[in-house]
Amino acid sequence: MDTMEIIVIIGGVGLIALTLWYFFGEREKVSAETSESGVQEIKVTVKGGYSPDVIVVKKDIPVRLNFYRDETSSCSEQVVFGDFGIARDLPAFKTTPIEFTPEKTGEFTFACGMNMLRGKLIVEA
Amino acid sequence: MTTTKTIDPVCGMEINPDTAAGQSEFKGETYYFCSPSCKEKFDAAPDKFIKQQEIMAENTTNGANKGLTTKQATDGSHNDHSLSNGTGQRVDLPITGMTCAACANRIEKQLKWQSGVDACSVNFATAKATVNYNPEKTNVAELIKTVKDTGYDTAGTATAEFVVDDSARPSGSGTQLENHLSKQRGVTKANFNLATMKVSVEYLPNNADLKQIRASIEDFGYKVREVSGNAEDAEDSLEHAHAEEYAELKRKFWIAAILSLPVLVIAMSHGSIEILNFAGVNWLQLILTVPVVFYCGAQFYRGAWAAFRHRAADMNTLIAVGTGTAFIYSVAATVFPSFFMSATHGSMPGMNDMPAHLSVPVYFEAASVIIALILLGKMLEARAKGQTGAAIKKLVGLQAKTARVIRDGKEIEIETEEVVPGDIVMVRPGEKIPVDGILVEGLSAIDESMLTGESIPVEKKTGDEIFGATINKTGAFSFKATKVGKDTALQQIVKLVQDAQGSKPPIAKLADTISGIFTPIVISIAIATFVIWFVAASPEVRFTMALVNFVSVLIIACPCTLGLATPTAIMVGTGRGAENGILIKGGDSLETAHKLNTIVLDKTGTITKGEPELTDVISSSGWSENDFLKIVASAEKQSEHPLAAAIVRGAETRNLAFEKVENFNALEGRGIEAKVSGKDLLLGNLRLMNERKIELNDADNTVEKLAGEGKTPMFAAIDGKFAGIVAVADTIKPESKEAIQALQNLGLEVVMMTGDNKRTAEAVAAQVGIKRVLAEVLPEGKSGEIKRLQAERKIVGMVGDGINDAPALAQADVGIAIGTGTDVAIEASDITLIKGDLRGVVTAIALSKATIRSVKQNLFWAFIYNVIGIPIAAGLLYPLTGWLLAPIIASAAMSLSSVSVVANSLRLRSFGAPKAN
Repeated sequence: MDTMEIIVIIGGVGLIALTLWYFFGEREKVSAETSESGVQEIKVTVKGGYSPDVIVVKKDIPVRLNFYRDETSSCSEQVVFGDFGIARDLPAFKTTPIEFTPEKTGEFTFACGMNMLRGKLIVEA
Repeated sequence: MTTTKTIDPVCGMEINPDTAAGQSEFKGETYYFCSPSCKEKFDAAPDKFIKQQEIMAENTTNGANKGLTTKQATDGSHNDHSLSNGTGQRVDLPITGMTCAACANRIEKQLKWQSGVDACSVNFATAKATVNYNPEKTNVAELIKTVKDTGYDTAGTATAEFVVDDSARPSGSGTQLENHLSKQRGVTKANFNLATMKVSVEYLPNNADLKQIRASIEDFGYKVREVSGNAEDAEDSLEHAHAEEYAELKRKFWIAAILSLPVLVIAMSHGSIEILNFAGVNWLQLILTVPVVFYCGAQFYRGAWAAFRHRAADMNTLIAVGTGTAFIYSVAATVFPSFFMSATHGSMPGMNDMPAHLSVPVYFEAASVIIALILLGKMLEARAKGQTGAAIKKLVGLQAKTARVIRDGKEIEIETEEVVPGDIVMVRPGEKIPVDGILVEGLSAIDESMLTGESIPVEKKTGDEIFGATINKTGAFSFKATKVGKDTALQQIVKLVQDAQGSKPPIAKLADTISGIFTPIVISIAIATFVIWFVAASPEVRFTMALVNFVSVLIIACPCTLGLATPTAIMVGTGRGAENGILIKGGDSLETAHKLNTIVLDKTGTITKGEPELTDVISSSGWSENDFLKIVASAEKQSEHPLAAAIVRGAETRNLAFEKVENFNALEGRGIEAKVSGKDLLLGNLRLMNERKIELNDADNTVEKLAGEGKTPMFAAIDGKFAGIVAVADTIKPESKEAIQALQNLGLEVVMMTGDNKRTAEAVAAQVGIKRVLAEVLPEGKSGEIKRLQAERKIVGMVGDGINDAPALAQADVGIAIGTGTDVAIEASDITLIKGDLRGVVTAIALSKATIRSVKQNLFWAFIYNVIGIPIAAGLLYPLTGWLLAPIIASAAMSLSSVSVVANSLRLRSFGAPKAN
């Protein structure tokens, strides 16, 4: 085993660790704000992913997620909230509001139609 | 008790306290009301009405009240033209909550007192206030406020949203445009959001329309870019985007294909083609590959970068890392060949005198051919995916663009979006019906096949429900709009299907979990592959072998296939269902439906027509069948009993004329008696015959037989002598037997449930081939019976006709509502059949089986493909067989895999209902 091989092994293991940490690590959470009309509202920009992609809302208060799709890439043309039975087409460069009232607490994923782009909705009591 | 007349404080009508509809105490005074609704209004806010009453009382004492009102109203209508042509404006406000003419007076007075109102007349009959006002001093919103303060409401405002462009004028405050719009006739509210550049306008559709409002926005210097808020636009723009995407993919693919072909030839020749062995060949490949990577493949790198910033990895990441690595290495090897010579072959003397282009391998073809192939795959996939949503597109496209409605007594053509509930809509033969409603005048046959799948036109008469998007075939008619926009049956169906298409059956959960972690794992495997090859391979080839296998692993992995497996099948399956009038609520309903082994059918309305029909006419000797029926039916025409109606209909279908009837008498619990054309008729049950001592000869046997067939027989005696029997029964739908046979062929146990007595129920069951009968079940016991079946470890589907069966539908594993499009039924059931045909149940279950089968096939192939493909690409078979996967082959396999999954789902488009035999 020469030096080059050792460098490659160490580098490879480090790179794998970095990959796993970067993609599976803890994300930043963003809470939806409650407006005057009593709706928890937040704007979600859709461009190669959802920003923010971890959204915290409160239980039993209506939620309005305004999805603004800032691209034409077909990957993001639909957003699906499987646990809430919601699927909406998102026209490019337009805001599509999605409204529902979360009735149970927990973590729910939302994703694009092909389940490639993913986000998490955390419902707190 | 006083006899003096008093005034209703709410509507101002003069009433007599003795005959008042109600009274209330307030601050020690007693007030009387003309109607319960006036009392209700008073009780809600007594203060308001006391004050009004004081003013009104003053006016009454002045003696000006009634005369003034009438006079002004007349004046008002005379002034109409001069007012609307001058400074004034006229508006018609639809008023709700008026109970009497006095209410109209009250509103009229309140409006007249408002500053800015020149004249006003309120018509109780048409429920409309016609107001002439000065737009400089007041506006419609204030008029409406006055009406509301008076205790009534206005009806039927519509809202529209305009996206505007202020490039033509300096941007500033939005209030100016709001004020401008508020002054327009018929506009009740305008709101301009500068941040989104959206103007939302609430208006009275009777007085303004979208075109006018748009024109006034444009008058003010704004450009209206779009009128939003309707589903069709969104769908259109999506379709447009798809077409554009396809065209772009196609262009990029051809450029990539043409440029990568020579690169591929050079790479594959491996120096064996003499003419390609010139010194700068690597540079030529570089020049050919640059546009492919930087133009054709740019979308993958952009997508990968966007995902990376979100700490996400997807398909683009794999393609970008794979092709990017191959490209960067090849560029480096071309520009600095000596560096790679020393790195790979440095320790091997004698190699240095070889020509540079042969000693340092480059992999430009890995970058450019892969990009070309993936673009081709994406192109095919885009086209196939477009077809998966075709059913929805077809549904949305069904909506009529315009409608002809009566406004201000005139027939005008408006956009369908502008129709409001209450509008009277005119429809000519051959026209498409714009919205849902109730037929008020005319008669026609309507083709509802687009909603129900039923090809035979449906007869419609006054009072029948009319659905938007259906086509009027024969007659002209008018109907009152009841549901518009998102509330129409068509839009409900579209929404239901859209939601169902996005939902996933539990079977897809595993695929979802895996695809969520798939890409980072594959990247890790690829890195590991690189490391292992670098260490294991001989030093001369270790770097290139490691690199090629690293790229192959990244390229062959296809998370798209996993991601596409379920949704494409569900989309095509639910879409195919919708085309046949079958609405499936979601992926889980589909999955459970395919597992059903027992199906419970409600008898009345499901297996049978649900309304009695004349089935047998047996006349005794001396009477012809038709003469006998003529007399019986003539008498029954006077009766209101449902069984009587069946006999009358039966006579009508035989084209019998009815005769004159005298002395008709209904005998409670027995039957009827009457004199028909001078003959005395007795018609009824056995008890009636016995009481009147009618000799029944041998009719008992016949009756026994009829009852055994589930029919209800009635005896008739004419002039005191037994004359015959008529029998009515709830007849079996013609298609029921075939459908039940088909369900049994699908391996389901069919159970009939009914409230009827055992004998009748079994008679019906025997006719349609059902072996298990649950008879004498009370309506509230239905869900209990379903529970009992479930306790037998059966997976139970329940078919019923909606609201009455709701608890049983909900209790069943799969509730199937049949023959209805109402919201309640759709809500309670998992599957809704718009057409009242039991064969739809067969189609629905067979479709669910076919769809879930497709999902399973897709998932299987997607898993197997990745599970086998990735290890081969990593070179796992190399030590055994010497097999390695070239990156180009990997990319071709990858492109094919996702296309094949979509193509497999598309096979469902040709799904046909199974036949009984």
